[in-house]
Amino acid sequence: MAETPAKRKLPGSLEINRQLSQWLTINKDGSVDMRPGKIEIGQGILTAVRQIVAEELDVNIERVKVTAASTPTSPNEGTTSGSRSIEESGIAFRFAAAEARELLLARAGVKLGVSIEQLTVSDGVVKAPSGATVSYWDVTSDDLLQREATGEAKPKSHTQHKVVGTGAKRIDIPAKVLGKPVYVQDMETAGLVHARVVRPPSQFAELLSVDLDDVKKMPGVVAVVRDGRFLAVVAEREEQAIRAQARLKRNAKWKEVAQLPEFNPRYLLSRTPKTEVISEKKGDAPVKANEGKEFSAEYTRQFLAHASLAPSCAVARCDNGKYTVWTHSQSIYPLRVELAPALGVPEEDVVLHHMEGAGCYGQNAADFVATDAAVIARAVPGRTIRLQWMRDEEFQWEPFSSAMVVKTRATLSPDGHVSDWNMDIWSHGHGSRPGRTDGKSNLLAAWYVEKSLPRAPTGNPPLPGGGSHRNGLPIYDFANQRVSNHLIADQLLCVSSLRGLGSQTNVFAIECSLDEMALAANADPIAFRIRHLKDPRAVAVLEKVAQMAKWRPKEKGANNKARGVGFARYKNAAGYMAVIAEVELGEQLRVTKIWSAVDVGQIINTDGLTNQIEGGIVQAVSFVLKEEVKYDRVRITQESWDDYPILSFTEVPDVEVALINRPELPPVGAGEGTQGPVAAAIGNALFNAAGVRVRDMPITRERIVAAMA
Amino acid sequence: MEITVNGRTLNVMAEAETPLLYVLRNDAGCKGVRYGCGLGQCGACTVIIDGKPVQSCDVPVSAVAGKAITTVEGIGSEAKPHPLQAAFVEEQAAQCGYCVTGIIMSAKVLLDANPSPSDTEIKQALSKNLCRCGTHLRIVRAIKRAAAEMRS
Repeated sequence: MAETPAKRKLPGSLEINRQLSQWLTINKDGSVDMRPGKIEIGQGILTAVRQIVAEELDVNIERVKVTAASTPTSPNEGTTSGSRSIEESGIAFRFAAAEARELLLARAGVKLGVSIEQLTVSDGVVKAPSGATVSYWDVTSDDLLQREATGEAKPKSHTQHKVVGTGAKRIDIPAKVLGKPVYVQDMETAGLVHARVVRPPSQFAELLSVDLDDVKKMPGVVAVVRDGRFLAVVAEREEQAIRAQARLKRNAKWKEVAQLPEFNPRYLLSRTPKTEVISEKKGDAPVKANEGKEFSAEYTRQFLAHASLAPSCAVARCDNGKYTVWTHSQSIYPLRVELAPALGVPEEDVVLHHMEGAGCYGQNAADFVATDAAVIARAVPGRTIRLQWMRDEEFQWEPFSSAMVVKTRATLSPDGHVSDWNMDIWSHGHGSRPGRTDGKSNLLAAWYVEKSLPRAPTGNPPLPGGGSHRNGLPIYDFANQRVSNHLIADQLLCVSSLRGLGSQTNVFAIECSLDEMALAANADPIAFRIRHLKDPRAVAVLEKVAQMAKWRPKEKGANNKARGVGFARYKNAAGYMAVIAEVELGEQLRVTKIWSAVDVGQIINTDGLTNQIEGGIVQAVSFVLKEEVKYDRVRITQESWDDYPILSFTEVPDVEVALINRPELPPVGAGEGTQGPVAAAIGNALFNAAGVRVRDMPITRERIVAAMA
Repeated sequence: MEITVNGRTLNVMAEAETPLLYVLRNDAGCKGVRYGCGLGQCGACTVIIDGKPVQSCDVPVSAVAGKAITTVEGIGSEAKPHPLQAAFVEEQAAQCGYCVTGIIMSAKVLLDANPSPSDTEIKQALSKNLCRCGTHLRIVRAIKRAAAEMRS
C-alpha cells in the first residue's frame, strides 16, 4: 500500500465535516434532505443554501427539504455569525451537491449504458441521447453518500446558473405570516411547565436572604429553585410562574455594589488595556514636521443592545442526568462545549436542537436563557421546562455591544493626499460567544450557581476579521499609517457581539475624518475617497451610489437639509457598501433617505440580499440616532422600550439599494456591512446641513445643540 | 370564564387578572399572538376586539369575556390566506417575522376602515408596532398591495 496522502483541503465547512451523508440525503421518494449546521435568524440563509443545492443537483427547489440544525444530526458549522454562512455553509453545499450529482450520474450512466458526458438532467430525471431515462430516485440508495467528499466534483459555472442569482422566495415566511408555531417560544408538549428566573438587581450583588416557602405555596407552583445565587420558579401555567417570580423577587434581599463605570465611553481611556499595534506602514516619503495640515479627533459610541423583539427563550429537559435543550442559540455546537461543564456532565450527555427565535443581530441572550433552562431542568428532572425571559430581563441581562472610543490623527499633504494616518481604538472585547474549554465561562447562570465557574475575560475574534478592531484598518491607500487596538479585557457591563462588531465606530471615525480632509483639500468627498483607492470594486460602488443619488460634486446643504457619504468594505474582505444619507435637521435630526450601492461578489438570492441590506440600513439609522444602554454606577436601569427606544414606522427613511452582481467572483457576506457606512454618512450629512461635527453616538438632539453652542 | 376566540367559545380556568395574551397562547393555542414586552409597547401581541386593535398583553382576560376576539389564526389559513398574509409573502415582508402577525392585525383594522390608505396613514396605523429587523418599507408595500387586492 502506498502512503496515505495528506488529506485534501475541502471547501467551506466540508473541511471539518467531510462525510457527504452529513450534508445530504437523496431519498427514493423523490425528495432531497439537506442538513445545514448554520441556522436561520431571519437572514434567509436556509433559503439561499437551498437554492445552491437545487442548482447543483438540477432538481426543482420544492424537492429540497431543509432540516434545522441539531447536535446529533447536523454537520458542526460552529457559530452562525460574521456574515460567513454563504462562504462556509453555502460553499460546502455547493461542492457536496456537485459530488452527489456525479455519483448519481455514474449510477444512471451504468443503467442507461452510456457515458456520463452524454447524460442530461432535468429535475432529477437523467436522460440518455436515445431518450431513455432513469431518475435519481431510482438509482439512489442508503449508501450513496456514505463516503468522504473528494472536493473534486466541479460545481457549475456561473453561466449555467438558473436558480442561484434569482430572488427565490423565503421558505419560512408563509408559516410566519399565518401565525404558525415556528419559534422556540411557541413550543408546546404534554406536561410542559413554565419557568421564570429571579436575577439579582445588579450583576455583582450578593444574596443576603430569600424566603422560598410562601412562594412554594402559591397556586400552580411546581418548584422553587435556589442554586447558589441562582433563583427560579416553575409553575403549571405561565401567568402563575410570572406571579411567583414577582413574589420571589420581593422575598430576595441583596447587597449591591457600585461597580459600573461612568455613563460615558471615555471611561475606557482610564482602564488598563492590552495594547497591540495592528498596522504599521512606513512609506518611502516619511512625513516631515510642519508639512501639511494635521487633523485629530475623538469619536465615541455608547453601549448598544441587540434588543430582539422577543425576549430570549429556551425549552429544556433533564432525564437521568442527560439534557435536551431547544434553543435559538447561533452556536449549538460551541454552546454544548461550554454548557456541559457548567452542568457538570460530559458533552455527550447534552443534546441541543435549534429552533428559531426573533432576530438577534449577534449574540443576544439566547445562550444565557438556554443555560438557565438547563439549570432549572436539573433541579426539576423529568419535566419539560419552558423559560422565556421577561422584557426587563432581556434589556438588563443580554450581552451588550461594548462602548468604544476611537482617536484619529492624520496629515493632509499640500497636494491633497492623506500622507499619514494614526488611529487608536479603545473597547472591551466583542466576542464572548460560548465554546470555552479553559474552565471559565461566559454563560451568565454559570457565575451564579453553587458550583460556579469563573467569569471569562472578553476577547476579540482575531484579525483579519477582528472584533473591536474590525475595519480598524483603513481600506484607503495612505502613505504612512499606524493603527493600535487597546483591548479592555474585563467586562463591567456584560458584552459580546452585535452586528458589525467594532466596524460601526471604526468606519464612523475613518469616514468622518476623510470628509473633513476632503473639505480642507477643496475636493469632493467621493472624488477624495477615490483618489485614495486602488480597488476598482470600491471605486465602482462609490460611483454607482453617486449616480443613483444624483450626487453633485462638492454639494452643499440648504434649509437644514443635506446629504453625506460613507463607504467601507466589510472586514476589508467581504461586501463593499457605499452609502449616501439625506438628513433634515428640525426639532430632531431625521434621516429622510438612504441610497446604497452594494457588491458582495456573486449574488445567491437577489431579493434576500436586498432585504438584508435594507434591514441593516434601517437598523443602523436606529443605532446612530437613538440607541444607548442606560446605566448608573450600580445597575443597568433600562427596563422597557420607553427606556431604549428604536426607530419607529413613522421615522424610517426611504431606502434605495442597487446591487452590483459579480457572478464570476466568490459570494461573500452581506448582512453586517451597512452599519459603519450608514453611521458615517449620517455624521457627514449632519455636518453638511448644520456645519457641526457630532462625533459621539448616538447623535441626539442634545449633542447637536451642544455642538452648535 | 368563557371567551370567544375566532368564533370558537372556550372555557378557561385562568384567574381574572391574567393577561389575555397567555390565555390566547396557552389555552386557545393561538401561538401567532406573540409575547414581546408585556407592557403594550411593541404590538407583537395585537389582536382585534370589537373592530379595534388591542395589545393582548395589556388587558386582563376578565375584561374581554363575552367579546369576539380575532387573532391572526382567525383571518386566514394555508389554503385561504387573508390578502394581507398573501401580500406579505409576495413582498417578502419579513426577516425574523416575529413582529409580522401583530402588524398584520393592526393593518387589517386599518384596511377595514380605510381601503386606500396613503403611506403616511399606514405608518401612523403602525405607530404602536415595532420591527427590529428593519423590514418597515416592505411591510408598508405589502399593506398597499393587500389594499389594492382587496379593492379589486
